[in-house]
Amino acid sequence: MEFAELIKTPRADNVVLHRPFHAAVEGTLCLTGHHLIFSSRSRDNAEELWLLHCNIDSSEKRFVGSLGTITIKCKDLRIIQLDIPGMEECLNVASSIEALSTLDSVTLMYPFFYRPMFELVEDGWCSFLPDKEFEQLSSVTDEWRLSCINRDFSVCPSYPAVVVVPKSINDEELRRVAMFRQGSRFPVLSYYHRKNGMVMMRSSQPLTGTNGRRCKEDEKLINATLRPGKRGFIIDTRSLNVAQQARAKGGGFEQEVHYPQWRRIHKGIERFNILQESLIKLVEACNDQSHNMDRWLSKLEASNWMTHVKEILTTACLAAQCIDREGASVLVHGSEGTDSTLQVTSLAQIILDPRCRTIRGFESLVVREWLQAGHPFQQRCAQSAYSNSKQKWEAPVFLLFLDCVWQILRQFPCSFEFNEQFLIMLFEHAYASQFGTFLGNNENERAKLKLPQKTMSLWSWVNRTEEMNRFKNPIYEANSLVIWPAVAPQSLQLWAGVFLRWNRPSKYLDEAQEEMVRIIKYNKELQDKVKVLRRHLAELEEDEGMREN
Amino acid sequence: VENVRLLDRLSSRKAVLGTLYLTATHVIFVENGSETRKETWVLHSQISSVEKQATTANGCPLLIRCKNFQVIQLVIPQERDCHDVYISLIRLTRPVKYEELYCFSFNPKLDKEERQQGWKLVDLTEEYNRMGVPNNYWQICDVNRDYGVCDSYPTEVYVPKSATAHIIVGSSKFRSRRRFPALSYYCKGNNASICRSSQPLSGFSARCLEDEQMLQAIRKANPGSDFIYVVDTRPKLNAMANRAAGKGYENEDNYSNIKFQFIGIENIHVMRNSLQKMLEVCELKSPSMSDFLWGLENSGWLKHIKAIMDAGIFIAKAVAEEGVSVLVHCSDGWDRTAQVCSVASLLLDPYYRTMKGFMVLIEKDWVSFGHKFNHRYGNLDGDPKEISPVIDQFIECVWQLMEQFPCAFEFNERFLIHIQHHIYSCQFGNFLCNSQKERQELKIQERTYSLWAQLWKNRADYLNPLYRSDHSQTQGTLHPQIAPCNFLYKFWSGMYNRFEKGLHPRQSVTDYLMAVKEETQQLEEELEVLEERLANLQKSQLGDNKVKSKQRDRSKQLGLSTSNNSLANTPQEYSNDLKSFPSRSPSQGDEEDSALILTQDNLKSSDPDLSANSDQESGVEDLSCRSPSGGGCLPSEDSGKDSDEAVFLAG
Repeated sequence: MEFAELIKTPRADNVVLHRPFHAAVEGTLCLTGHHLIFSSRSRDNAEELWLLHCNIDSSEKRFVGSLGTITIKCKDLRIIQLDIPGMEECLNVASSIEALSTLDSVTLMYPFFYRPMFELVEDGWCSFLPDKEFEQLSSVTDEWRLSCINRDFSVCPSYPAVVVVPKSINDEELRRVAMFRQGSRFPVLSYYHRKNGMVMMRSSQPLTGTNGRRCKEDEKLINATLRPGKRGFIIDTRSLNVAQQARAKGGGFEQEVHYPQWRRIHKGIERFNILQESLIKLVEACNDQSHNMDRWLSKLEASNWMTHVKEILTTACLAAQCIDREGASVLVHGSEGTDSTLQVTSLAQIILDPRCRTIRGFESLVVREWLQAGHPFQQRCAQSAYSNSKQKWEAPVFLLFLDCVWQILRQFPCSFEFNEQFLIMLFEHAYASQFGTFLGNNENERAKLKLPQKTMSLWSWVNRTEEMNRFKNPIYEANSLVIWPAVAPQSLQLWAGVFLRWNRPSKYLDEAQEEMVRIIKYNKELQDKVKVLRRHLAELEEDEGMREN
Repeated sequence: VENVRLLDRLSSRKAVLGTLYLTATHVIFVENGSETRKETWVLHSQISSVEKQATTANGCPLLIRCKNFQVIQLVIPQERDCHDVYISLIRLTRPVKYEELYCFSFNPKLDKEERQQGWKLVDLTEEYNRMGVPNNYWQICDVNRDYGVCDSYPTEVYVPKSATAHIIVGSSKFRSRRRFPALSYYCKGNNASICRSSQPLSGFSARCLEDEQMLQAIRKANPGSDFIYVVDTRPKLNAMANRAAGKGYENEDNYSNIKFQFIGIENIHVMRNSLQKMLEVCELKSPSMSDFLWGLENSGWLKHIKAIMDAGIFIAKAVAEEGVSVLVHCSDGWDRTAQVCSVASLLLDPYYRTMKGFMVLIEKDWVSFGHKFNHRYGNLDGDPKEISPVIDQFIECVWQLMEQFPCAFEFNERFLIHIQHHIYSCQFGNFLCNSQKERQELKIQERTYSLWAQLWKNRADYLNPLYRSDHSQTQGTLHPQIAPCNFLYKFWSGMYNRFEKGLHPRQSVTDYLMAVKEETQQLEEELEVLEERLANLQKSQLGDNKVKSKQRDRSKQLGLSTSNNSLANTPQEYSNDLKSFPSRSPSQGDEEDSALILTQDNLKSSDPDLSANSDQESGVEDLSCRSPSGGGCLPSEDSGKDSDEAVFLAG
């Protein structure tokens, strides 16, 4: 297919671009296969806006006389408006945008066409390989092994090729456990807490059904993670009610009688379209033009977004607490184990493990607990807050996770190596990107699409010094402790950096950030100067001493 | 009273046993715990209500609510003791004479000279001079020299030059409580001004020539503009209702060249109820997000804050951008008028955003113009209907602005919180009484100390590290966003939940940056010394090398001091906390030590709330806030053998 077929009008002149908090500018609009480009050469400054077609969540056209207006709503929540003179011109542009932003073949996406302009220092596709990560683990414990049972993705299509499982369980047993878990997602190691040797595992729900099926190998597998005489916790991310209902469809939960050493805790984290609805309502509230304070607060409340944030964080804290405070091992699952499960396991690691609060550590966490763990990014992030499609599989699961990370970052502003911009960047790239990292729904699909060969990894770009500097938190001081966030409503805030990003002037806040950087930079400069001078003096004095002698 | 239990609001399991003492000025609770003997001090004047609740098997619960939003729950074993404590507290927290207040017994060990110096720190005459008055258009009027015209006004009032004594007196007779239009802020750049007064006694048709001349004079004092705004900060309905009582608002037909404008800020009763409702939300044991947001909305608090801000923004815009003078009033002109004038001044003039300037601003628009501190904040036992969080709202407006303009204010949040605290504490004389006149009669300046001197002495604690006097944000008028911006107004947990440290960020950017800046300063000094030594050494290499040994000593000292400093720079003292944490019972232990207390040390330094200052950054959080849907504690080994549902589901 040629993109040219879809582009009815490659170029329109005298187009006026409207954006909140910017004066309207006139310029030329160009459409290419993957970008909408607006460039103006006004007297003061030439300006260009590049927008990926796949970033467009929805577009609407309107006419007043022969002047057409296209409103473009993006997945990163920005809204822009283009005034295009000439009805036919406008219709052509609108239908081209519509066609280009709704391509359904993955291989037509921009990452397959993108040619980086930067020098490749490190191939991000190889930055976080499971074997390398496992090396670190095997230096502290020998109770775990790498299993290649899923080498060709035949045992569990949504798992990576290699997984970490207890040493005492062989591949044959794993196969049987896989049959007992939805989508074959058998329990695997998610996190090893070095402080006390406790572990966190994740899986999908057991297929107990209404007649209470059991699986000896499953019991053996998860019991293998317990210390003698110790109990563990199973955190089910569904309410008891939902979990019970799941039995009718063949799912279910671990029965006390078969898992006597485990205590089950149910926490109701919402999923799927409930989350998508919540996002849509929240963004609608943030874009509300009314001056009425009551309306804002009630809309914010009605969106339930903050409730989801609170629930997810609370559950993650609970998991972390079981491990760190109770000294118990934990198994986390919901139904599929691809959404709320991953939110909980990844947030718990941020709370527990200082390494996850560094830039590379966090990247590694996203790779391990989201990409390799089989969170279906392509389905979940197909549309954002302005979508009308309302497909069941669209849900801002990853965005909620990032929001929770931001909440912790806000409460521990000195304990993270990265800043808020880093999280916002990940949000943007999960929804629309020139990199192949977030394409596909699991490793299996990524392998089939040959993403590592055909596209560039996001990490290749981010981990260059130039980019990295933008994402560094100036006031970071490594903190080796477990950090316990507060989750009371008073302690949680709306993530303005994402949800109000386009609705508020950010100048003053940016200036504050710059000032902070300036203060730290000046301090570092002085430290260096003093060091140099001290050394210089010491040398001189030594010379002096020698001369005296 | 011994064996009293101090309950933790969030978790009944966390009660501590201790002894309760009542002194003439404080309620003191001392924990029995052997190592720490943690103390909780509460000033009687901070107590807003004492409630005795139904006796239980454990004893008799006593609930003490404070005006600085602290809530203390005690359980006293003997009902009779509890009753005695209750009765004593009721009496002690309702003083009838000013002399009973703490400031008359409080002694920060300053001599007379220092006390006087302290009171001179904020000088309003100097402030008006700074604004640029008196000048060709404005002068001090002496009609109120011995409070002869208006007893709630200061003696020195600035009025337009063309307003004669006759006009002023005439106008004062036409205004509620004789509060005639007087200058609040003068804008040197364009001659526009903010004046304030009370409502006119216009009723349905009355008019007053002198009052009309007075407004005319205000307009003439700003030759660049041919009209003035008259801003009535009340809702229109309230103002109209006042007409029936012979009061009301200016009729545009009678006054030439005015533009009249209502800005609906609700009255003190509405505000009191609103705060009450919001505090109920803050006190909820483990609110869900919906409970909280719904309660916040229902209280209307943020709506009221925004109304005050909007009024201030309107006035600042009229003065700065249109160059038009504004006369502001409400009913009596001492509550909403004070709020609005001070918010507008703050927006207009960067000086008021400095620490000293902010003190001056409160002194100018609140203290001198007769804001009724005693009535509003219930310092003496009085009519509960007079109590209202008027200045609290102003202080919150400032905080909301600080959130939007992080580099624009020289002071930090702590400064605001401490001022709020002392408005109620009665530890200093600044905010006593209802007017300047009363304060003079009580000889406040000779018998008490000034808060401003105290704050100024500790100013290092109150600095905003992001403030730089040459930064663009610190220049000129602030322009907050006015388009739909409800989301810019946030709940201020640092104030209303300030005693629940567990709710707040565990690391303070402000403190961190202040430490860095302090280190930077020491580095600068060291650099200077090193450079000097280097120069000397190079000189000495040419011949003279006698001074060397001395300098070596100095270098040793310096090296030591910097290394100490870099230690102080790392913001992670909480590792100690973690060690002391009883490992098996997360719901019992830890807790930020200083959360609830006003320790004796702090009192000695006469700053009762430095607990906020020594921010213990605990890495550990109270579990019960974390799992609000349940009992807040993990089921212990034996408690949950069989039940399928864990305790977490109880909620």
